[in-house]
This record gives sequence, structure tokens and C-alpha cells, in this order.
Amino acid sequence: MPGNEQAPNYLQVGTTLRSWLTTHDHKKIGILYALAITFFFFLGGAAAALIRLELATPAGDLMTAKTYNKMFTFHGVVMVWFFLIPSIPATLGNFLLPLMIGARDVAFPRLNLLSWYLYIGGGLFTVACLLMGGVDTGWTFYTPFSTMFSNSHVILAVVGVFIVGFSSILTGLNFIVTVHTMRTRGMTWFRLPLFVWSMYGVSLVMMLATPVLAMTLVLIAVERLGGVGIFDPALGGDPVLFQHFFWFYSHPAVYIMILPAMGVVSEVITASVRRRIFGYRFMVYSILGIAVVGFTVWGHHMFVAGQSMYASIVFSILSFIIAVPSAIKVFNWTATLYKGDITFRAPMIYALGFVGLFMVGGLTGLFLAATALDVNLTDTYFVVAHFHYIMVGGAVMAYLGGVHFWWPKITGRMYPESWARFAAIVMFFGFNLTFFPQFLLGAEGMPRRYHEYPAKYELLNVLSSAGASLLALAYLLPLGYLLWSLARGGKAPDNPWDARGLEWETSSPPPPGNFLVQPEVEGGPYAYEEP
Amino acid sequence: MSTLPQASTFAGRVDGMFYALLALSGVVVLGVFVAMIWFAVKYRHGTAANRKGNSHRDMGLELAWTLIPLLMFVGIFAWSVKLWIELRTPPADASTVYVVARQWMWKVQHPDGRREINTLHVPVGQPIRLVMISEDVIHSFYVPAFRIKQDVLPGRYTDQWFTATQPGTYDLFCAEFCGTDHSRMGGSVVVMNMADYQRWLRGESHDGLAAQGAALFRRFGCSGCHDPAAGVHAPDLDGLYGSTVPLADGTQVRADDRYIHDSIVLPLSQVAAGYPPVMPSYQGRIGEDDILALTAYIKSRGATQETPHAGQ
Repeated sequence: MPGNEQAPNYLQVGTTLRSWLTTHDHKKIGILYALAITFFFFLGGAAAALIRLELATPAGDLMTAKTYNKMFTFHGVVMVWFFLIPSIPATLGNFLLPLMIGARDVAFPRLNLLSWYLYIGGGLFTVACLLMGGVDTGWTFYTPFSTMFSNSHVILAVVGVFIVGFSSILTGLNFIVTVHTMRTRGMTWFRLPLFVWSMYGVSLVMMLATPVLAMTLVLIAVERLGGVGIFDPALGGDPVLFQHFFWFYSHPAVYIMILPAMGVVSEVITASVRRRIFGYRFMVYSILGIAVVGFTVWGHHMFVAGQSMYASIVFSILSFIIAVPSAIKVFNWTATLYKGDITFRAPMIYALGFVGLFMVGGLTGLFLAATALDVNLTDTYFVVAHFHYIMVGGAVMAYLGGVHFWWPKITGRMYPESWARFAAIVMFFGFNLTFFPQFLLGAEGMPRRYHEYPAKYELLNVLSSAGASLLALAYLLPLGYLLWSLARGGKAPDNPWDARGLEWETSSPPPPGNFLVQPEVEGGPYAYEEP
Repeated sequence: MSTLPQASTFAGRVDGMFYALLALSGVVVLGVFVAMIWFAVKYRHGTAANRKGNSHRDMGLELAWTLIPLLMFVGIFAWSVKLWIELRTPPADASTVYVVARQWMWKVQHPDGRREINTLHVPVGQPIRLVMISEDVIHSFYVPAFRIKQDVLPGRYTDQWFTATQPGTYDLFCAEFCGTDHSRMGGSVVVMNMADYQRWLRGESHDGLAAQGAALFRRFGCSGCHDPAAGVHAPDLDGLYGSTVPLADGTQVRADDRYIHDSIVLPLSQVAAGYPPVMPSYQGRIGEDDILALTAYIKSRGATQETPHAGQ
């Protein structure tokens, strides 16, 4: 587009720290989020490294049991609430959602900035909690341990999570209104890219589920500080009630993590295969199906928790049913490859890695949905492996795939392709070496959250720890070469992948208002086969 | 599960289902991987493959890969539910062993009064029902070799059952995170053949659980009010167990383990009709193991065999 060369891009406007911290530009807010979640990712990762180091030997010889318990709690709290949940929506979603629908910004730019400050506020409490000695309840805060028995900093941790929850509620609200009201001319609902659909679905879940978490955390504080009996039976409460409340949020939270990943992968695969997505409408319906049915399966976390036998049967069948839309998506991504013109750049390697690992994570979910198998497997390393395949193999792979795919658009720079491919491949192998042995450990009966373990589990734990060091290396690589590319990377063209989608029609990086000429849409997304 | 012993009647069946699901998953993974790799090689950029005539939707395919997984899932679900109902339904001839959990130990009480710590002795071939309660936080009684696990809650009895099939010593783990020494809250389940088990039972003389309860009944002063000879107007406990108790608020409750437990620790929550609400709470003063002994004692003073009314 002529004229773009002279127009300043969003990075050239307002370069002071003060202008960044008061910006209303969704793109800059996306970057603020990216910086913050990268910090928390490596903080949570450091905790994971210490955990794997401790578990390299059966004896608890590196740290005390109490410290170990604080480490896995901190790892869980940070990775779930300060990395995974905001990861794709708050960074890529913030940056791309308005661009993809041809809007100048999100519907409520100031609210968007407030979301980031809430995130930082919650983060400060969490870091303060760590510095003051940490919390040892597990990220699940099960009662009555968290309310009446733990003598660690439960309240600080709970306040941190409570605050960060509002950040995701506001982001969800913002995205829903943005998609409803700010689509450009011609951008009908069924012309929306699947990434936008996934942001819409995830926003619904954030809006409806997170308030339940907030309420539950308040109840923890009320019982712990006020001694009001809610969850502790010694005070007349019910500890299983807490689990219902907690999982009513925290199961949908899994879909908050994975739906955006599915959106990213749909964009990357179509661009790398140069084909329209196969079964677009089924992909949309499966996003919405997951978002809705995701609210009805929480009890599958509680098959051995003292829940009634019949309730467990109902939650079991619902959990099988929610696997169907995920299966539909895997089959449609595979079918998209058929008769394509496929290139294997780094984002595509991440996307294919995602499909494979997500499939393993999803299929092992069926084992846990089957009540009779779950009795044996729940609360063992089988569960740990299962959810890491979904959240790390799935969500983190997709996040990094998306970061690479849109890096030229976001920064205006190209990253070194061969380094990026190398990192993606090392990550894939490191991930599997870390977490596949954990399936075997769980099948052999090793319970989770164990500081020490019987010697018979040593070999598999050593393999897992070895994999973790490879994985750590693979995560440090992008940090290195992406930073390098900011200074030394080649200048990115507006559309380096020759991809479709409105975000590629503006300059790299985009101007502050996103488009110099308001775009119009005349057809569906992914029009790769049209001249 | 290759090295995990199969030491209960459930183990083989749970493993059978596990391996069937593993095989099915293997077929799906293999199918998708083969298709992906096939397409990735054949249609990689620069090959001369025929790319014409590709479509972007196919209702038949979509319905096929919606309905076939759905039907398979329903099948697995049905298989699992059948086994699940058995896992959750103890047979009538199961003998009951009580388990009290606390940070960070397991206390076991046999009906004959024998007590163990962090160890459970059971005979081969006899269905055993564990009735469990915690004195502090949530724990979980997990015996991998039996493929059974059940959370142990404070303030409420939960149960699980098994029939051991192989003599031996098996790991007992706490599977629900319960604080600092969670990973040390373990022990073992010793499965013995019947002759050895009988010898083990005789190894030590002790009072039965009900007799222990009778002693506690006097020691805690319960007899001061609840003994028929006492001059206080308090509910008579003879024939209480299993009967239907009318409550002061007009409702009724069956006098089962849970009712007796709650009447001791939370006496004001369900006051028997016609009696003043004067019983003090013994919460924190009587441990869960002693409550189990007291319950056994009350049971020994005559149990009403009554079929539970529907809706109660």
C-alpha cells in the first residue's frame, strides 16, 4: 500500500515509558501483557525446574517437604493464572482481535488497560506471597487444609488470584462487545477467522466462570480469617462443597487455555497449507460446543471425592461427550492438509506438534472420564501427564507457534527461521521425554505432589527430569533469538507468509489506528486458493 | 501397569479396560499420524501432486467423525459404568474395617478391637469394606495393587471395598495432598491366607471394639446421662441403632453411623424429640477412633433391623 512507508507505526508513536504505561492502544497493551506473562512463565518454569531436580532422586534431599510443597503450589498458581489463562487471549488476542475484524481498537480501550493493571496487581500479591515465604496448599486450595490447617500465606495467594480473575473477566467482556459491535463492513459472523471465534468462545467462558472463582476465594478468606463455617466440618461446613465451587470454575478454565490455542492453530495451518480450513462451520460449532458443555463436566474431578455414585455417572457421560468436538477439530485439521501446498516453517512445526500432543492429551482424558479407570488413575502422575499434554503440549506450543507466526506483524522484524525450527523440534522431543514417563509413573501408581517416592519409581523420574532440562533449553532458545531479531532481524514485509486475513493487509508493524483505509470484507476467511 | 501387581478382584478387570482403551487410542493416534505424515509428504510444497478437486466441506465425513467417536465413547462409558457400580457397591457379606486418617498416619480398627497403625492386615478372598473418616484434612486411601482409591473426609464417613486375591505386602499411599508430610503418609496392606490371618488375629489378646466402646462410654461420662439408671432425662440407647428417631423439628432420621457420629460432635444439629437440647459437644474431645468404638458399643446394645424407608 503506497503511503504506508511514511506513516509512523504504533511502536514509533509514544515511545516513553509513561506513554506505554498509559496507552490505550490494544497493540501496546498486548505487548505489555506479553512482557508480564513472559516474566511469570520463566518464574513458574524455575519452580518447575526445582521440582524436577528434587524428583531426580527418590529421597527428599534437595529441599524440605514444606519447601517442595510451596514450589509445586507456586508453579501451579503462576502457570495457571499468570501464564496460561492470559497467555493467548491477553497477548495475541489483544493484538490481533481488532486487526482481524478490521477495527481501530477494542470496544473499551481504557478498560483494556485496567485489565493489565489488575493483572499486575494480582501478580504483585503473588510475588509478595512467594517472597514472604510462600503458600503450601497446592494451586487447588482444597479445604479444610487451606482454611484451617495450612500455616502459610494462603490469604496473600488468594487475594492475588482474586484480583487477576477480574483482569480476565474484563478482557472477556471487552472482547465480546468488540466482536459484536466493531466488525468492519462485510465481516459477517461466518466470515470471522476461527481465531476470532475462539476468542469469542473463550470470552464467554471467562465472563461466566471467573466470578464463581472469585466468590469461592472470598469464602476461603471468610472461613480462614473469620472462622465462619463454610467448608470445615468442625465448624459445620462441607469440604466437598469447596471442590464443587472450585471445579465449576477450574474445569472451564481448561477450555480458557485450550480454545485460544485451537484458534491459533487453525490460522497457522491454513496459511502453511494454503487451503481453506476444512469444515469451517463444524469448527465454529465445536468451539461453541466446547465453551457451553465445558460448564457441565466439573464433577469428573471428584469421582473419588465423596460425590454420589450417580452424580459421577452423569459427569462421566458428559465428559465423554465434550471429547467429541475436540475430535472433530483434530480430524478437520488433518483433512485441511489434504491436497494442500504445504510449507514447514516454524509456526507450522509448532501447530503440527500441537495437534499431536493435544490428541494424546485428549485421548488420555477419556481414561480419566471413565469412572472405573479414574478411581485408580486420579491423583497420580497419570493426571499430571494428561493435563501437561493439554496445557504445555497444547496451549504453550500453540502460543509459541502464534508468537512466531505474528512476530513479523507485531515487531516488524523477521526471526532466524532455522533457529526457530530447531527450537520447536527440541521442544517437541523435550516435552515428550519429560511428560510421557509420567503417564507410566501414574499407571504404576505413583501419587502426585510427592516430595519423596519409593525407589521403584526412580528410573522414570530420572527420564522425566532429563527431559525437563531439554525442555528448559528449548524454552530459552526463543527468548534468545527473538530478542536478537528485535535488533538484528531483517525488516518484515507486510505479509511475509502471503497469508489471508485483515491483519496482513496493514503494514508491519501496523499504524496506531490499525488501518489507513478502512478495510471491507467480501468473502469468507482463508481464501488461499483464490487468485 | 506392567510391574504393578494385580492383587484384588478388580485389578484384572480395571487393567483389561485400561488396555482396551489404550489399544483404541493407539489406533486413533496411528490413523491420524499416518494421514498427517502421508499428506505432509505428498502435498509438501514443490511436489507435483494433483491438488485439483479439493473441497472444503463434506457433510458425510463430518457426520461420520462426529457420530463414530460418539458411539465409541458411549460404549466405553457403558463398560466403565458397569464396573464403577460394582466398585461402589460393597457386597452384603463384606466385613467392615474402620480407618481413621490424620496428618500423617493411618489408624486401622478391626471389628474385634485390634488396632494397627499404617498397616492393614486382611485375609485373601474375604470382601473387606473400609469405613473411613479423617480427624483433620482430606486424605485419600489408595492401594495401587487393588486399583482402589477413595478420599477420606473430615466429619463424614466414606467407604470403599475390595477382595484381595494374592497374599503379599502392597503399598498404601495417601493420594490427596494433605500437608507437609503427605508423601510420607503411607504404609502397607498385608494380604494373608486365611490360616495365617487367623493366627495373626490370635497373636494378641484384646477387647472387642464394642467392649472398648463400653469402657469409653463410662470414661467420657456418657453413662452419667444415657445409662438407664441415671436420673437424667436423656435418650435411651438400647435398640437405638438402626431405628427411626423422631427429631425435635418434626423430621425423622435413621440412627446410623453418621447420626451417632454427628450426635456426639454436633449434638444440637439433630435433637431427639422430647428431650431438652442440653448435650455438650464432644468435638475435639473424643477422637474419631473412639467415636467408632462408641458406635460399636451402641450397636451392641441392640440394633433395630429396619428396612430403610424410601426417601430417608
